[in-house]
Amino acid sequence: MAAVTVSTRTPVASRATRRMPPLRSAAVAVAAYVIAVIFLLPYLEMVITALRPQRELLDRDYLPSHFAWSNFATLWSTGLGRNIETSLEIAGGATFLVLLVAIPAAYYSARRKFRGRGLFLVLVLVTQMFQPTALVVGIYRQFNDLNLINTVWSLILVNAGFNLAFAIWILNAYFSSIPKELEEAALVDGTTRFGAMLRVVVPIAWPGVVTALIFTFIAAWNEFIVALTLTTSNATAPLTVALNGYIGEYQVDWQHLLGGSVVATIPVIILFAFIEGKVVGGLTAGSVK
Amino acid sequence: MQETTADVVGSGEQARKRLPYGRASGARRRLGRRLLPLAWVGPAAGLIVFAVIWPVYEMFHTSFQNISPIGIVLGSNGTKNYSTLFHEPAFGSVVIRTIIWTVVVVTVTMAIALPLAQLFNQRFPGRRVARWALIAPWAASVMMTAIVFRWMLDPNNGVINVLLHQLGILKNFDSTTSDWLGRPDAAMVWMMAVAVFVSLPFSTYTLLAGLQAIPQDVYEAARVDGASRLRTYRSITLPLLRRAALIATLINLMNVFNSFPIIWEMTGGGPGYETSTTTVFMYILKQSDIGEAGAMSVVNFAIVIVIVLAFLRTSRWKSEVN
Repeated sequence: MAAVTVSTRTPVASRATRRMPPLRSAAVAVAAYVIAVIFLLPYLEMVITALRPQRELLDRDYLPSHFAWSNFATLWSTGLGRNIETSLEIAGGATFLVLLVAIPAAYYSARRKFRGRGLFLVLVLVTQMFQPTALVVGIYRQFNDLNLINTVWSLILVNAGFNLAFAIWILNAYFSSIPKELEEAALVDGTTRFGAMLRVVVPIAWPGVVTALIFTFIAAWNEFIVALTLTTSNATAPLTVALNGYIGEYQVDWQHLLGGSVVATIPVIILFAFIEGKVVGGLTAGSVK
Repeated sequence: MQETTADVVGSGEQARKRLPYGRASGARRRLGRRLLPLAWVGPAAGLIVFAVIWPVYEMFHTSFQNISPIGIVLGSNGTKNYSTLFHEPAFGSVVIRTIIWTVVVVTVTMAIALPLAQLFNQRFPGRRVARWALIAPWAASVMMTAIVFRWMLDPNNGVINVLLHQLGILKNFDSTTSDWLGRPDAAMVWMMAVAVFVSLPFSTYTLLAGLQAIPQDVYEAARVDGASRLRTYRSITLPLLRRAALIATLINLMNVFNSFPIIWEMTGGGPGYETSTTTVFMYILKQSDIGEAGAMSVVNFAIVIVIVLAFLRTSRWKSEVN
């Protein structure tokens, strides 16, 4: 499982390309840069549009005469702050809940053979295959019955549930790679197993915990279809749904829509860069087991 | 009873060795040992059952219920929701479109991801930064990426149209030609392009991981044997990359099939249902008839399972991955 984790500095990879002539290396670099820029272009356009002066919004050019930073102030006055707060609550709550239940589960299933372990791991694997999109009708009916429509709780629970599998897999991989002897010493000293996990294992597996944390946060932050289904009023909507509200039947408020998208997108792209490479292992691990 | 918390929590095999089953407190201990894993994995299993399994049940249940548009359950509906669904004039074309959408997007994604992974596996100055750029569509919300593309394709002033105009390909703004998303065929092509765009980072990274997992001495051996570049690529790189490629394809199949925000934001599935896939169709149905939408979800679910099983079978998954 750990073998699928991408590292940008593996000695293997560097040895492979040691003998590359400088000219070819330059050509490769140029091609890679061009592709990298293509991948960034839509987000660049997002930022440029968000900063266009109102009068130049519909101009047929690539860049405005100047950047209107005041657009973000106007955006704020539309009350988007409240939706950002809701998004933070949902993403933060879901992340907390995921870590709370995933750490003990991943730890225990990595360390112990217990009755039902196989069943549990299959359950985790199967959920990784499930998408909220496919189940949205069921989710709607469930939370309608529970009377939890229009609450942050419903979205915290759904986001936590659907991102739990990834967190368990990646943590399980990290915990399994830590030698048992480390915590056994602590156990002999009279620490409880739970204490040993928290004080010995979790700190060593910290990169895995951070990966699970950031990944869950971003997934919950970006989630759209369930939020669209379970929120009916704009006041209680997370950012994705609130921004969708700028798209009217006949008119789209592009400036605010893309301004809000910048606020919602750029921070998570930067955040994701921290776990770049570690995510693949967790996402694909389940399908190999 | 002198057990400390450490004993209980840290029991497992060690405790079993120390205490034979026949002891007085045996039954209690055994019960405790049985229930102990529950304290560790129970909350996680509970959350999964609550958030994932329960909706599955609700989905099936709903598909057999008669529910009024405002959400009042009027009773059982037998299989009527299914027959209504199958008699929808758009149903057949929506299913066919979904399959075309899935196959085309996943195939094109994998075809581009392979050379891309190889390119980014080379060593060149600034590789880290370039790789970071590659993840942007993965980190960003798919919904917002779709919105930007819709904006860039705006018939009046979208940058893509501005560029095409400068290149002389597009004659007039605000015309049928510039209204890409207004024409179902053109809209499908653009939306597929966006779907490929957002699927590429994950696919490329998975293949990149696969490339880096190939042991270097295999290549050395090939070189010693005097194998040509092409030969080495075909006989070593491709076969050893198969596993990573299969995993990426499988995950893409499920993601792309269930893809919703791209179509929802760019065309809303219209005009009519002409750009709807099953998930979009289901969502539109949900607004008028939840029971029928439930039936659509169940059918949707079944199609995913069939596609995945068909893929596993044709790719001889088991022999490959085990």
